[in-house]
Amino acid sequence: MDPVNLHPAPVPSLEVSGLAYAYPDGHQALFGVDLTVARGERVALLGPNGAGKTTLVLHLNGILDAGAGTVRVAGLPVEKRHLAEIRRRVGIVFQDPDDQLFMPTVREDVAFGPATAGLRGPELEERVMTALRRVGMEEYAARPPHHLSFGQRRRVAVATVLAMEPEILVLDEPSSNLDPASRRELADILRSLDVTVLMVTHDLPYALELCPRAVILSEGVIAADDRTQDLLCDDALMRGHRLELPFGFDPRSVSVPRP
Amino acid sequence: MGSGHAHRLYRHGHSPVHALPPHCKLAAVLCFVVVVVSTPREAVWAFALYALLIAAVAAVARIPPGFLLKRLAIEVPFVAFAVLMPFVVPGEQAELLGVPVSVPGLWGAWNVLAKGTLGVAASVILASTTELRALLLGLQRLKLPPLLVQIAAFMIRYGDVVTDELRRMSVARRSRGFEARGVRHWGVLARTAGALFIRSYERGERVHLAMVSRGYTGTMPVTDEVTASRAQWAHAAALPALALVVCLLGWTL
Repeated sequence: MDPVNLHPAPVPSLEVSGLAYAYPDGHQALFGVDLTVARGERVALLGPNGAGKTTLVLHLNGILDAGAGTVRVAGLPVEKRHLAEIRRRVGIVFQDPDDQLFMPTVREDVAFGPATAGLRGPELEERVMTALRRVGMEEYAARPPHHLSFGQRRRVAVATVLAMEPEILVLDEPSSNLDPASRRELADILRSLDVTVLMVTHDLPYALELCPRAVILSEGVIAADDRTQDLLCDDALMRGHRLELPFGFDPRSVSVPRP
Repeated sequence: MGSGHAHRLYRHGHSPVHALPPHCKLAAVLCFVVVVVSTPREAVWAFALYALLIAAVAAVARIPPGFLLKRLAIEVPFVAFAVLMPFVVPGEQAELLGVPVSVPGLWGAWNVLAKGTLGVAASVILASTTELRALLLGLQRLKLPPLLVQIAAFMIRYGDVVTDELRRMSVARRSRGFEARGVRHWGVLARTAGALFIRSYERGERVHLAMVSRGYTGTMPVTDEVTASRAQWAHAAALPALALVVCLLGWTL
């Protein structure tokens, strides 16, 4: 380390540069994506269906191998030999909590990630209970996941990745299938977390509420990268990428937190 | 965990049998069944003693007799098979209530019925006093291949999810005016089964993806070790040990 520079600029949580990918069947999904997310930022990833959002997400923890370009998580390149550490640093919350919660009880499910990484005993227990407390689900530790409501399952799904103390939390459609109260509860939880968040969503008001910054992924490239409110107010840009606001919603009418 | 959230096979309670570690109970039931099966069928009194032993365990576990008998209904298909035996097995004939029956067939039926019932009764007690989750931990502790335990765990976890999916598909079918009646509609049901298989398969892939994303590399981490004290093993061994005494008497007398 440079002894003179005592406060180096923090390494960004996520650095994607020139990422391109074609599926084995020849369909190219990404054409050179560049995206940097600083530590502690909350960024919304917007885009129409088929824009390559899921493909991009699966590159972040090395499920898919980049055809060209690089992905770095807190400075560590996503490569075969770092996969275990990368998967600990990138916490992906998938869209269907029934896919994410596969263990017989909530507690075991939240313990799965850290236990796979080798944690045992009271430390593991502490980690699990802390993660459950952060999403307000500690009373449900002994319950089987399929006996919880959908909103509760989504919160437990968030806890399962929080338990791994990730560098960046990646949420795939976090508000889908939630009733308005569960939606608001999840928003409160996400706001209270001190962690970098990348949120893939079609729910534009939710993106505006939670993420000061947004990027639009369209046809395999980042088409726009700006303040969420500015993007949502740009009618031509929105129309150009098949993004539409819900009826009656005016992004100019709400005050949003400044980045 | 409250009783309302457990599997319906399980009967919530705080008896000494409930408190035994799962792997002790599993081993005890297995040994008991082996002992019962190896008893000569002619020693009718031995089976009566086994039944008394089972009744005693059920009493200690505070399982009402009615509950136990109702659960025994699962045995009915085997009973039907046993009832057939006196009529189809060739051999020496005898008259029973005016109906000709074969003597070896009668012994065979008695053999299947007595041993089957005792085995099922022991399993029912095990299932009523042990939560499914604990059973899995017990199997894991007994060194069953981890892959088998994982498969069983996923079956329990996703059984409800798949059943729910099937129910939704059936609702969707009926909402469009379809009722399965007769052979002509089997094709539709077969396609439903196919669709369900594909959906489950795809879910399996998504679950695997979620597991890999959290660091899964092929082995489940063991976070809950179940342990048993010498005294607990001794308590669990009481049933098979007494049964073994009966069995040996049955062979020697």
